[in-house]
Order: sequence, then structure tokens, then C-alpha cells
Amino acid sequence: MSIKNAVEIQNLSKSFKTGLKKRFQALNNLSLTIKENEIFGYLGANGTGKTTTFKLMLGLIFPDTGDIKFWGVSFQDVKTRANIGYLPENPYFYSYLTGQESLNFTASMFDMKSNIKKERINEMLDLVNLQHAKDIQLRKYSRGMLQRLGIAQALVHDPKLLILDEPMSGLDPMGRKDMRNIILSCKDQGKTVLFSSHIISDVEMICDRASILSNGVLKKIITVDDIMDRDSNGWEITFKGNADTIESINSKNENFILKQLSAKDIFLLKAIDKKIAFEILNIIQKQGAELLSFVPLRISLEEIYIATTLKKDQ
Amino acid sequence: MGKIFSIAQNTFRETIRDRVFYSLLFFALILIALSMILGNLTLTKPIKIIHDFGLGSISIAGTLIAIFVGIGMLYKEMDKRTIYTILSKPIHRWQFLIGKYLGLGLTISVEVVVMSLIVFLLSFYYVPEIPLKLFFAIVPIFFELMLILAFSFLFSSFSSSFLSGMFTLSIFVIGHFTSDLKMLAQGTDNVIFQKLSIFLFYFLPNLEALNFKPEVVHNLAISYEKLFFSIIYAISYTIVVLLIAIFIFNRRDIK
Repeated sequence: MSIKNAVEIQNLSKSFKTGLKKRFQALNNLSLTIKENEIFGYLGANGTGKTTTFKLMLGLIFPDTGDIKFWGVSFQDVKTRANIGYLPENPYFYSYLTGQESLNFTASMFDMKSNIKKERINEMLDLVNLQHAKDIQLRKYSRGMLQRLGIAQALVHDPKLLILDEPMSGLDPMGRKDMRNIILSCKDQGKTVLFSSHIISDVEMICDRASILSNGVLKKIITVDDIMDRDSNGWEITFKGNADTIESINSKNENFILKQLSAKDIFLLKAIDKKIAFEILNIIQKQGAELLSFVPLRISLEEIYIATTLKKDQ
Repeated sequence: MGKIFSIAQNTFRETIRDRVFYSLLFFALILIALSMILGNLTLTKPIKIIHDFGLGSISIAGTLIAIFVGIGMLYKEMDKRTIYTILSKPIHRWQFLIGKYLGLGLTISVEVVVMSLIVFLLSFYYVPEIPLKLFFAIVPIFFELMLILAFSFLFSSFSSSFLSGMFTLSIFVIGHFTSDLKMLAQGTDNVIFQKLSIFLFYFLPNLEALNFKPEVVHNLAISYEKLFFSIIYAISYTIVVLLIAIFIFNRRDIK
């Protein structure tokens, strides 16, 4: 079975008027494809055009040029939004409504039967752990509770595509973990998730692919699996050993760096070549020294991000 | 239709929980109380003062509510960013605007009904009979308020809330003087002023056409034909203004 594209963005550009004759180019000729059932991370610093892209996708603002398609249908057709759940950055709701009233109002924007609507609202309150606060007005909700309600309203109509704008911002570590779990469970349910973030570790942890946006220009698309498989930066070994172990290792006279750490008998060894790394591992074990860690040195998404964004500035 | 109804219902819920609404209602109550005092002080029949002041209060307080809630409609949604969560749903912008309009229209209806009841009760206190004739003034006032509300929507669809308020208030004021403008135009030799006055007379709404207060208060004969056509005029004008508001709002970037 071939994988369909959930989102196809072609040559999308958007500029905003900033003065009488001045315009700010927020997005420049963006082309991007997001496959069905993938988690796609949209990386970029603040003000690089992430939210602009989302607003264009949802018809909140209009592009200067370009097109966006959801499962082959243009974004101009409002019906496409029946398949999209959107969580804006720092979501705001009608503060005079209770949690349940708010979800009910959101659900009424979709053609849902009232019994299904009730059921879904209940499920969502359970999912985001707000059942206890469903009758409390939103003005009394904390920042984290509002964010959770935001994800509930984005999911209430069981959309095929989720667009989350900085879903982790303002959340405590526990809240971030919950959010990651919700995103991952959406993937398990067959949904496609597109989310923006400037926190790279979040993207690295859960995304299938990620793109790097800088000053409105798409710089790179990375498959996160590729990063994980890569071991080009070498291997790092830490061990507890004595003079004999060190002598045996040094006698190999190979290409590696050996350093003694602050604790007297703990050593750190870096080897570029995989074969050498495993030979040294062998020596450590033969000498009866204690192996503390043996890890491949991968290039992180953060390093790629920094390298990519620096390159464009040059 | 369900989506429009939901937005209307939610908008109505918002306004009746809003302090501005109650403060204006309070303002109307003060005006009516003042009419009682004046009614007792004047030499003419107090009932006339009650009716005159009462109808005036419904009109002025209603206009202020229409302007306040109307210009706040879009501004608050944008300022509090609640608009993103609504317009990102499968809903047309016209549905959003019409839903908002109906919700605020319902708010104004409630305000008119409450204030009318107070005037009726006051009137009954002085003369123990139900002053049904007041309806001939209240119904056109209601349609005038709906037109003012449509104007506040139109202006807020492209300008700031302050400017929208000023523009709408200007429409209200000028709208009550367009006939005078025409008269002024006829009495002047200045061609530019003449043309401008005639343009304003035909282009801006003639809100005096909806003013039946003098007839009602002074027990003058009311032309039902004039009343009917005035209401049709107000409804048609309202529809045109709302269509222009939708046309502009459809093209606006929700930044």
C-alpha cells in the first residue's frame, strides 16, 4: 500500500505590510510534504514563520502565492478543516465558559451527532485529565490546564491531522511528558501530527521527520531515524581501571584519545573507528576492568540545527 | 445553521455576563428615574415626560450598547485570540459574522424588552392602562439599533475599535440630521456643499425615518404605511451593510 501525503505545500509565500511601502517577508517559497501517519517536527527560532505557516494552512491568513493541499484538497475549501485539529500557541478560550461548555462549543462547530458529541467530550476530559475541573470557569484554570484543554478541543472531533503550535511551551516536565504521550498515541491511532517547537529535544524524541525553518525559508528536512543510526562521530568508552589496563590499551598505539577523569581510577576514551573501539572494549574486559559506559557519539539534531541556521547567515 | 446558532448562543452568553451590558442598563434605569423626577416637577402631564424620556432612554442606551458590543465583537476575539480556535474549524467567515450579529442582536432585544417593561410599569403607575401605542415607537427604535449594530460590525471589520466607535457614533448622529442636511443644501449657493449634502443625504441612513417618538408622545396620528416602509428601509439597509462587512471580513488576514 502506498503512503499518501496528508499535506502538500507548494511554493508558499507570505508577506506582511509593515509600513507605507515596506513589507516583511514572513515565508518565502515554502514547499513541504507531510506523509500520512507521520509525526513531523517544524523547527525554527521564534519569528521564523512557523505560526504563519499554520495560519495559512488554516485559512486564517491568505498567501501571496502558493497552494496548500490536505489529502489532495485545497485549503480554500473550509471542509478540509473538518479533518484538522489545531492547537494555537498559548491557546485562549472564552474565560466565562466552563471546561465542558467550552468543549461543547468547539464540538458544535463540527457536524457531530449529539450523543457522539457527549461521548467524545467525556473521553477528551478523561484524556487530558480535566474531568475534575469540567464545571469550573476557564478564568480559574492554570496555564497547564488551559494547554490541556487546548489539546482536548483540537482532538474532540477525532481529526486525521493535528497541527500543534508549540504544544510543549509553558508545560512542566510532567505536562511535557503527557503531551508527548498524547502525540505518540495519536500516531498509533493513525493520525498525522505536525507540530512546531523551538525545543529540539522534544522533536528528537518523538518525530519521524523534522524540518528546519530559518527567516521564512525552509533550510533542511531531516529524518530523525537517520540521526539515530549515524555513528560517524566515533565511540566513547568510560571505565574503571588500573595501570595495567592503561598500559595494555596504550600498547595498541592506535588512533584514540585517553583521558583520566577527576576520580583517580576512572578513564574516558574516545575512538573514531568502530573496529578500534571494539578492540579496546575487548582489552578492558580481558583485564577485568569495570566498564562504565560504551556509547556511540551521534550527531545530534541540535548540532544539525545550529549548523544549518548558521550556514544561512553566512 | 447549527454553527451560526452555536456562535449566536455563545455570543449572547458572553454579553449578558459582561459588565458593560449591566452598566448601560443601569444608565438606562437612571434616565428613567430622572424622567420620574422631571415628570413630577413639570407643569405638563407627567405621563408625557415619562413616555418621552423613557423612549429616549431606550434609544440612547440601546445605541450605546449596540456600539460598545458591536465594536468589541471582533476586537475582543482578536485581542484574546479566541478567534483562532473558531475560524480554524470548518466554518465560513460569514457564518461567524452572522452568528455574532444574531447573538448581539438578541442581547439588544433583551435590553429593549427589559427597558420597555420598566417604562410600561412606570406609565402604568401614573395612568393605570397599558400604553400599547409606545410599541409604535419602540419597534422602529429596535430596527434602528440593529442597523447601528450592523454599522459597528462594518467598521470593526477593517478598523480599530476606537475608530469603529467614532465612525458608528458619527453615523448615528449624522443619520438623525440627514433631512436637515438636504434642507441646508437647498438653502445655500455653495455648489460643493450642496453636492456633499445631497450625497450624504442619499448615501447615509436616514435614521429620522425611524423616529416615531413625537407622534407617540404627543398622540399624533401615525401613518402605518410610513411605519411599514421605514422598517423595510431599515432591514434592507442593515442587510446591505452586513454584506459589505462580510465582503471585507472575508479578505482580512487574522494576524
